[in-house]
Amino acid sequence: MSTPEPERETETESTGLPAFPTWRGVYVFVAVFFVVIVALMILLERSFA
Amino acid sequence: MTWPDYLVLFGAILGIAVYGIWRSRKNRDLGTYLKGAGDANWLVIGLSVMATQASAITFLSTPGQGYEGGLGFVQNYFGAPFALIIIAAVFLPIYRRLKVYTAYEYLGTRFDAKTRLLGAGLFLLNRGLGAGITIYAPAIVLSTVMGWRLDLTIIGSGLVVIAYTVSGGTDAVTHTQKYQLAVVFAGMAAAFAVLISKLPPNISTHDVFTVAGGFHKLQAVDFSVSFGKRYTFWSGMIGGLFLALSYFGTDQSQVQRYISGASLRESRMGLMFNAVCKIPMQFFILLLGCYLFVFYQFARPPVLFNETAWNQGLATASQPRLTELERQFRAAHDDKREAIGRWLDASHHADFSAVEASRVQAAAANEREESARKDASKALKEAGIKSSNDTDYVFIRFIVRELPHGLIGLLMAAFFAAALSSKAAELNALGSATTIDVYRHLVKQDDAHYYKASRLFTVFWGLLAIGFALFANLSENLIQATNILGSIFYGVILGIFLGAFFFKKIKGTAIFIGAIIAQLIVFVCYFRIGERVTYLWYNVIGCALCLVIAGSLQVILNQRKEVGA
Repeated sequence: MSTPEPERETETESTGLPAFPTWRGVYVFVAVFFVVIVALMILLERSFA
Repeated sequence: MTWPDYLVLFGAILGIAVYGIWRSRKNRDLGTYLKGAGDANWLVIGLSVMATQASAITFLSTPGQGYEGGLGFVQNYFGAPFALIIIAAVFLPIYRRLKVYTAYEYLGTRFDAKTRLLGAGLFLLNRGLGAGITIYAPAIVLSTVMGWRLDLTIIGSGLVVIAYTVSGGTDAVTHTQKYQLAVVFAGMAAAFAVLISKLPPNISTHDVFTVAGGFHKLQAVDFSVSFGKRYTFWSGMIGGLFLALSYFGTDQSQVQRYISGASLRESRMGLMFNAVCKIPMQFFILLLGCYLFVFYQFARPPVLFNETAWNQGLATASQPRLTELERQFRAAHDDKREAIGRWLDASHHADFSAVEASRVQAAAANEREESARKDASKALKEAGIKSSNDTDYVFIRFIVRELPHGLIGLLMAAFFAAALSSKAAELNALGSATTIDVYRHLVKQDDAHYYKASRLFTVFWGLLAIGFALFANLSENLIQATNILGSIFYGVILGIFLGAFFFKKIKGTAIFIGAIIAQLIVFVCYFRIGERVTYLWYNVIGCALCLVIAGSLQVILNQRKEVGA
């Protein structure tokens, strides 16, 4: 299995976000946000089970 | 509805449509028509992607899902954030680098013309059928409740969307979607606020959650491993990932939205906006359904929310049976309301044994109520009265009965705005794929000719969708019907694209044959096994079959080549 090669300049393109200067940082934020949302939903369910 | 409602409804819908036509009046070349002016920022793209996915069915039918099944449906979207990350990181840069009009053009570059045609063909088949549902679904519910003629509702909403999509293309679609979504959010927020205000004054938010939780409506995450259960964490994470990857990454109605961004950054940010907002948005729509459930524990609900079907039933020989079922239903509801009152009193006084006792009594009364409701549905069916799933009517009935005039018009405008926004994106994509991937492949002409052809194909698909909607007949919950239809096709389409992106050794002939065999197997599986395997898994099955068969075929073809040499 091989990964495709995206446009070279896109990999270094800035996100324009001070807190997340790289795209990898943005993706990690989205993943962490998902975990927090799921945890909150479980908490809501357990609190009123 | 009264004249202020009609004023709000037609003012919002026609005003936005006219704006779309005016906004894109100078777009008269193929590139701008299909990809927009290339000036869309991340918010416009993000809202456009969101509006394309969130059709009228989302806002009309999902609260009914929440009312009946609670928050569990939200798991359907668990794979979406990760799919959007993969698309932003891998798919999008390639689409932009190749400057494609459609996603299927990439298949032509990577594989060959026949695979491109197959990818476009599967999309046209899937989306062409789905386009009919997009118009039919809100029309059937709204016409039933409002007493409008179904055929005129379908034709009227269909012609409006055809007018501005054909006139302005991608630019008109993208820029009208942000205002349509604003109307949708305003309507939903107003409905939520009215719902909260209509609860009995002594019922706090904590009480609402206590009742909803006591009836298992707040169970949002289910970690059990079962292929037959429709919504679990695993089906959402795995099946939902494949569904979202295919829908957002390969469906032209979505690809066309984000490749029109001013830059790669704007397109990526638009996708990440959806990765963050999608689950919370669905959660709040389902939560609205849970609130509706609690509201109807105190206000008396009808036996069936589809009042028209109920009244038709009363005019048949089933009338005595329905009347008896209504009596049983009311008795069960009164018992339940009293039990819930005792339950909340006990809860306020921290009397836990009394809480449990009254909760059990409420649950038993609820079962009797549900049993009467199911028997009533059965009686209507036996009397020959056709109706889509009753949960689709829960929210609309609340709107018509409980909202003040003016707000009813706003909610109707919200449903139509949502219907038009997703319908416009679909027509735009169907017209583009037919022109670029099929017509341009067969007929060699200049861009001015293709521009005209694209507009004509958009009209063609719009009229076909209206025709399909006029003859449609659905019994599933509407949002599930849309997802089931998508899941049958999306797995294989995704398999073709993943083969293109990640498996360089697989060539055109192998993926072409693999995809056809995989699609046939998925059809057979769905019609033989049906719901014993929940529909989300068909995305995984279709994709895996396509890749495995194509990979195996490629090995065989390579060996034959070596023997031949």
